Amino acid sequence: MDKSQYKNVYVFVEQRDGVIQSVALELLGKARNLADALGEKVIAMFLGDKIGNSAQALIEYGADEVILVENALLKDYVTEQYTQAVYQLIMHFNPSIVLFGATTIGRDLGPRLAARLGTGLTADCTKLEISEDTKELMMTRPAFGGNLMATIMCTEHRPQMSTVRPGVMQKCAQDNSRKGTVTKFEPKFDTAKFKVKLVKTVKEDKGLIDIADAKVLVSGGRGVGCKEGFDKLRALADVLGGEVSSSRAMVDAGVMPHDRQVGQTGKTVRPDLYFAFGISGAIQHLAGMEESEFIIAVNKDKFAPIFKVADLGIVGDVNKIVPLLTDRLKNKR
Amino acid sequence: MNFNLTKTQQLFMQMIREFAEKEVKPLAAEIDEQERFPQETVDKMAKLGLFGIPVPKQYGGAGGDNIMYTIAVEELSRCCATTGVVVSAHTSLCAAPILENGTEEQKVKYLPKLASGEWIGAFGLTEPNAGTDASQQQTTAVLEGEEWVLNGNKIFITNAGHADVYVIIAMTDKSLGNKGITAFIVEATTPGFSIGKKELKMGIRGSATAELIFSNCRIPKDNLLGKVGGGFAIAMKTLDGGRIGIASQALGIAQGAMDETVKYTKERKQFGKSISAFQNTQFQMADLQTKVEAARLLVRSAAFKKDEHVPFSADAAMAKLFAAETAMEVTTKAVQFHGGYGYTREYPVERMMRDAKITEIYEGTSEVQRMVIAGKLFGK
Amino acid sequence: MSMKILVCVKQVPDTTEIKINPITKTLIREGVPSIMNPDDKGGLELALQLKDQTGAEITVITMGPPQADVVLREAFAMGADRAILLTDRKFAGADTLATSNALAGAARTLDWDLIITGRQAIDGDTAQVGPEMAEHLDIPQISYVAGLEYDGKKFTVKKETEEGYQVLEFEGKCLLTVLASSYKARYMSVGGIVDAYNKEVEIWSADKIDLDESKLGLKGSPTRVIQSFTKGLKEAGEVYEVDTEEAVGIIISKLKEKYII
Repeated sequence: MDKSQYKNVYVFVEQRDGVIQSVALELLGKARNLADALGEKVIAMFLGDKIGNSAQALIEYGADEVILVENALLKDYVTEQYTQAVYQLIMHFNPSIVLFGATTIGRDLGPRLAARLGTGLTADCTKLEISEDTKELMMTRPAFGGNLMATIMCTEHRPQMSTVRPGVMQKCAQDNSRKGTVTKFEPKFDTAKFKVKLVKTVKEDKGLIDIADAKVLVSGGRGVGCKEGFDKLRALADVLGGEVSSSRAMVDAGVMPHDRQVGQTGKTVRPDLYFAFGISGAIQHLAGMEESEFIIAVNKDKFAPIFKVADLGIVGDVNKIVPLLTDRLKNKR
Repeated sequence: MNFNLTKTQQLFMQMIREFAEKEVKPLAAEIDEQERFPQETVDKMAKLGLFGIPVPKQYGGAGGDNIMYTIAVEELSRCCATTGVVVSAHTSLCAAPILENGTEEQKVKYLPKLASGEWIGAFGLTEPNAGTDASQQQTTAVLEGEEWVLNGNKIFITNAGHADVYVIIAMTDKSLGNKGITAFIVEATTPGFSIGKKELKMGIRGSATAELIFSNCRIPKDNLLGKVGGGFAIAMKTLDGGRIGIASQALGIAQGAMDETVKYTKERKQFGKSISAFQNTQFQMADLQTKVEAARLLVRSAAFKKDEHVPFSADAAMAKLFAAETAMEVTTKAVQFHGGYGYTREYPVERMMRDAKITEIYEGTSEVQRMVIAGKLFGK
Repeated sequence: MSMKILVCVKQVPDTTEIKINPITKTLIREGVPSIMNPDDKGGLELALQLKDQTGAEITVITMGPPQADVVLREAFAMGADRAILLTDRKFAGADTLATSNALAGAARTLDWDLIITGRQAIDGDTAQVGPEMAEHLDIPQISYVAGLEYDGKKFTVKKETEEGYQVLEFEGKCLLTVLASSYKARYMSVGGIVDAYNKEVEIWSADKIDLDESKLGLKGSPTRVIQSFTKGLKEAGEVYEVDTEEAVGIIISKLKEKYII
């Protein structure tokens, strides 16, 4: 294969109801780094129906060029419609790298395309870099339930494709002055292959998620004290997109329901971020949370055992720190 | 000689272990606390065929062996001894005597319902004045025309009130002593049959243990199990099988307590290190696990002999004696290893200690087991 | 004619049991149990529900070493009718594309109306084999299946998404990838277990499937793992005793550092 025929870093821009998803902007940010390392361009593949007005935003977030595909058939994501469109686009433009968000859309479209193109796809990457020697894409991803990291390359096939977990890459700061081009592309659809019909899309308030599934847990113990204290934790959890959990003491006291309890007789959790507010860290509690990815503990007793498992410990007053932290985070957004 | 489980037995172990962990363990503390029969678990077990493990397929059973049955009772009891004994009493004390002594009509009538768990089974032998000395039966059965008429009381009956069919031992001719004892099949809906006082127990508190009352209870003539006068032999043989079940229950309790203690002593830190790092802990635990493993070998050996249809009476007694005493020792020490926490209901070991005690008592006390073993040793 | 369902399963190490050797920083694989991948088991459950409803006939297929036989026995004990084990050194080293090619090659020689796979396997978490297989077979796919109804002709499927769900319909052949969380698998029945080893698991080597050998195994894999490593182990964190203002500042900067905000 003549790799020189394949150029530029392409990003599949995910939109839902015409709204560009955050992961797409994160991918543009990463694509910018990769393209700069290669001396190539960042190209956004933007598919949908009547979405042209949003194309400029993609340039402001790092794209050099937007390939715009507008068609009523692409209003909502459906596998075959999108596969046909993106496949033709890729065959026409010959990208070197194509990135997708590791979402229910990207993880549906990516493999379908990879098989149609006969190329490799690396799922759920957390790190992407260009090899200094070979200029090939190095894709790093967790495997074995996150116990192992693997770096993967796709050197004999093009394009090199990967899906990237949302929230992992950094978007570029929006720059209104950035200039770029918008190119229209019109794929030909083989409608005979549209065998699955989308009946409806339903958005639902999923409500409280199971604390065992939460990525961020804001947990409170005796030091939080009362219902009002937990309302403050709720506010912080909302800002961080997390859930509130509790030590056994507060469940026994009737402040929190049992399904929120972390620990030996409650649930075992391993979120990305675990806040332990006013939890001393009895062994039963630690057993349920010590495998959390990052633990921040706040307690007024500097000898509290929770500090032994915490990645960051603060000796201080929970009731002062929580509201201030919530405020700061809110204002940042 | 082969000590390995067969592939089938291993697959069964995988299933029952997952079932016990996911469906049984979460309820163990609750049913103990509320002294509640675990009907929801019974329904789930029925669907899987756990009430007919060693019952042949031709009678609606799973067609498994007694090794699988011991694995089931062990794994259930490892999480919840109550659940273990529900299966054990049903299988060993009701389905087994019907399978082994019933007429073809009786087997076809009762076994499919028992094996599917549609009906739960129980067994009535013990009376206020006939415990270890089972020959002192005061419940009577008299043939009147086409019916047997039963009168008397049975006590401490496992699954009482939840069972649909009971194997009942009664005196048909007092002058003949043991040879005057006969076994019967009694359905729970029979007029004259009722459930008396429910016992409040130390352990296995979710298991229903109650009195059975027979007051001119008339059952069809055909519900005679085995021969007239053959009841004592049926009861003894049934208990031989039952002891394998109870030994499995004791074994499960002991292993469950070991698991909890290993976990706890690794997590619990004193003087700057896990208490599992202390040699005292390690040596005591090593001794205990050795006993648990020895109990397991005795249990499986007895079950194997039963499957091979060779005499296993003394083997079952040894298995039950050793497993029960091991369970008591392990659970007592497990509480000790847990310290103050072990004495609270926050941790399961206190429940396991209470549950373990019954295994030294029912289906023949440890003293009875020693009598059986000595009987074999010295010849009766 | 009863519906015929092909269910793809994978034997995986139970990743929740994997630990890291703190000194060598390598995975400790000894003693880690092998299990049927949970999403695949959910897929088998969906197939079994369709069997309960319509009398469908279920064939289970897996690719793996000879030891993978046990997941097929498990499938028998749950209620599957036929089992095929694809095992051959030529399959070894396959990435998702080569794996999907092999499975599709086997599927081409079989008769089926519906293919069901799990959403993803817990050892790789890629979620790619199902959709890639559907593409090779030129049939539509629906991934993230959380519910399904069948009226005798038409399938109505609930697909889970980040914000809620979609309802999709199809008639004819399709490949579905199923979520374990929506299909709690039944336990093996005791009777099923007793029979599981009396049934035949068909052993298929590479020459039994409809595929060019160049598409198999390492040769047929466009991606290569060039390096694997374990994440560093956690060290004890720092503890600060500072005023509220400063404490909040420290927390926020840590959250930024960890890309949480």
